[in-house]
Amino acid sequence: MRVMAQMAMVMNLDKCIGCHTCSVTCKQAWTNRTGVEYVWFNNVETRPGQGYPRRYEDQDTWQGGWELNKRGRLALKAGGRFKKLAQIFSNPKLPALDDYYEPWTYDYETLTNAPLQNHTPVARPKSLITGKDMKISWSANWDDNLGGAPEHGDKDVLLSQVSEKIKFEFEQTFMFYLPRICEHCLNPSCAASCPSGAIYKREEDGIVLVDQDRCRGWRMCVTGCPYKKVYFNHRTGKAEKCTFCFPRVEVGLPTVCSETCVGRLRYIGLVLYDADRVLEAASTPDDTDLYEAQRGVFLDPNDPAVVREAENAGIPRDWVEAAQRSPVHALINTYKVALPLHPEYRTMPMVWYVPPLSPVVDAVRDTGQDAEDHRNLFAAVDALRIPVDYLAQLFTAGDPAPVDAVLRRLAAMRAYMRDINLGREPDARIPEAVGMGEEQMYDMYRLLALAKYDERYVIPPAHAEQAHSLEELATVCSLDYDGGPGMGGSGPFGESSGGAAPLAVENFHALRHRQTSDTAATPTDKARRVNLFNWDGKGRPPGLFPNEPSGGGNGTGGNGDGKDEPKP
Amino acid sequence: MTAPAQHVTLAAETSTGGLLLWVVLPYVCLAVFVLGHIWRYRYDKFGWTTRSSQLYERRLLRIGSPLFHFGILVVLLGHIGGLVIPKSWTEAAGISEHVYHIGAVFLGTIAGVCTLGGLTILIYRRRTVGPVFSATTRNDKAMYVSLTLTIALGLAATVAANTVGGGYDYRETISPWFRSVFYFQPDPDLMTGAPVLFQLHALSALLLFAAWPFTRLVHMLTAPVGYLTRPYVVYRSRDTHLGARAPRRGWERSGT
Ligand code: HEM
Ligand code: SF4
Ligand code: SF4
Repeated sequence: MRVMAQMAMVMNLDKCIGCHTCSVTCKQAWTNRTGVEYVWFNNVETRPGQGYPRRYEDQDTWQGGWELNKRGRLALKAGGRFKKLAQIFSNPKLPALDDYYEPWTYDYETLTNAPLQNHTPVARPKSLITGKDMKISWSANWDDNLGGAPEHGDKDVLLSQVSEKIKFEFEQTFMFYLPRICEHCLNPSCAASCPSGAIYKREEDGIVLVDQDRCRGWRMCVTGCPYKKVYFNHRTGKAEKCTFCFPRVEVGLPTVCSETCVGRLRYIGLVLYDADRVLEAASTPDDTDLYEAQRGVFLDPNDPAVVREAENAGIPRDWVEAAQRSPVHALINTYKVALPLHPEYRTMPMVWYVPPLSPVVDAVRDTGQDAEDHRNLFAAVDALRIPVDYLAQLFTAGDPAPVDAVLRRLAAMRAYMRDINLGREPDARIPEAVGMGEEQMYDMYRLLALAKYDERYVIPPAHAEQAHSLEELATVCSLDYDGGPGMGGSGPFGESSGGAAPLAVENFHALRHRQTSDTAATPTDKARRVNLFNWDGKGRPPGLFPNEPSGGGNGTGGNGDGKDEPKP
Repeated sequence: MTAPAQHVTLAAETSTGGLLLWVVLPYVCLAVFVLGHIWRYRYDKFGWTTRSSQLYERRLLRIGSPLFHFGILVVLLGHIGGLVIPKSWTEAAGISEHVYHIGAVFLGTIAGVCTLGGLTILIYRRRTVGPVFSATTRNDKAMYVSLTLTIALGLAATVAANTVGGGYDYRETISPWFRSVFYFQPDPDLMTGAPVLFQLHALSALLLFAAWPFTRLVHMLTAPVGYLTRPYVVYRSRDTHLGARAPRRGWERSGT
């Protein structure tokens, strides 16, 4: 047994309202630069829908992920080492910009520059690739909320695999949102596809990163990832991908997408797994067994043998404890309501999903029946093959049984909790019908429905931090006093003394300050400096511009009498 | 760079022009090539990339890039065969000058035509495909001029020698000169007698090599052969000081 820790995420799809806040905040944090305009480390897809990039799930075309070769061994679907090198000069399976979309901006300047005229000036869309006028025809969520479904709906890759044909008719259709980030796989095919070995999995927390200094732009990882979550920065010529916000996670803060999620549906926690069993599990012959095979790789953090092995493997004690409290472990293994996204890609993804019950509930409600009654819901789970089959294509390689089981548990929770909320006698037979105890059902409700912040995110800080202060109790230079550099302020000798504060900490404090201070842009504790990242354009805080020199002289060769009007 | 200084007296008979072109310039270019790569690797790892433009356009690249690359790699091997391996060795191996020549002309022509054809497609693509053109830097343009010039001169020299002159045995002159540079016994006289097209080809190649470390061509030096032997999934320990905590004073990362 070789115990490793993995930082993982679970998303509870019933709660996603499709607001795209996660995508937008992620973009602001990581990809608001040139070259990555089209890059969404986090994107939210409406399902049924084509996804982003379009039809990325069609692995017959894109050849992402792993497959079993004729001898039953795990092999990269797009071809092994020799084939990769032979195709390096032009990668035959690389999505083009058309498969994403051509990013654009608007020519806002005409709005202010246009001469007086009868018609309101228009800001035309300009391509960010060519700089020319363009016609917008697609984007990262063009088919949001089934928009254009009569025309595009049948292009959903999964629908061709679902047994019954779905008609995009208003009464019959169902939909839900699927937020996606990089899966930080246990068996990442992006890393395996990288010719220069620039993509690596961190030993401590399993986060998969691209070393920007080692990436040489061979662009094979884009093909390798079946989820298409490695993107090519067309300006720098390097691959970029979701970082699991490692600078935040290392100091115990949740990722930006989770922190800002409006539905509060994301859970972050550790999972302990046996690295020696990953290859075997990923080579499971039958696609539909992969879900259970992957669950078999996870270790029970409460098992004393596992704890001992974890300690032997150098996993710190507080990490093991965090793994014991991990909401991710609970949802995957204790309550068994979370499922992996496309296990058939065999990368052992580590962002799991609680499938949505809402298509079922909605269907029951539309018939006028009681949509909180577990018998009605159970019957509907059995009867509504289309949503169930569809979810099975997403989460269990097409096997409806695990999806059925999860939906029944969610339905049971709904019915059981209604009795409690209405002050009625809770019915112990409901949890029993889905193989759970009453207390367990209540705990699951607490985690899924109440979802307290400190229960959703159990993130032990990176251990170096503690090791440092533990081993250097006497020498640590104690700048972490309130307002000191460790807390986002200045050192004892004024600005810039005392070394740089970690970026995550600085931003965290700046943001908190902004949210709690009275004035929009004037930091009260900083006399002279304005952090432009946090300035929202309101007002002109003192310190934004240097003080005007007293007296008339100005350096721009002006006439020296009186002040220059400030130019906009 | 002590070697050329040693030879100043020896080479007194040759013209200073020859000395500059065939002794000083090669060493300067070689030094710039080597030191330039070291410098670039140390200070600009982030810029060390193919800067692939496949995202913008793939149809022309699909034909042009493999054609060019496979061609240029054969050309590269051919140059190693022709310049580095002495004639006496191939003859000792039983390959007569005639057989060698036929082989070289045959392979060289195919590879040369592929290279030039591929290059033409690539340049055409650079110029005509809007997004690719706007991602082309001045550096790229200079690189393409230098690369094309070198390839065109090389092909012209070979064609001219074989059609007009009935063949030129560069393995008697240019190859020994090339090797002499590397044993630090440079002999400029060997080059001064070579046909002018060959001289121009060699000079443009020298300049191309001097520019090499400062262009996108650096990607060649990190050709990913290690991929054939490394394990598929790379594990690495967390970089302890990245983001987690401010480095201790005096232990900040340098700008590598
Ligand atoms: C074996 C080593 C080499 C490898 C693996 C390699 C690989 C590549 C790759 C992947 C690209 C990017 C193509 C794209 O997607 O746009 C590229 C571009 C290029 N390579 Fe190489 N290359 C090698 C050697 C060379 C050599 C020896 C030369 C020239 C003497 C060269 C000249 C170029 C040029 C000019 C481009 C730009 C093409 C364009 O977009 O216009 N390469 N190379
Ligand atoms: S989902 Fe993430 S870790 Fe998995 S293969 Fe894709 S990029 Fe790599
Ligand atoms: S922020 Fe949360 S609720 Fe909004 S789209 Fe993202 S995951 Fe869904």
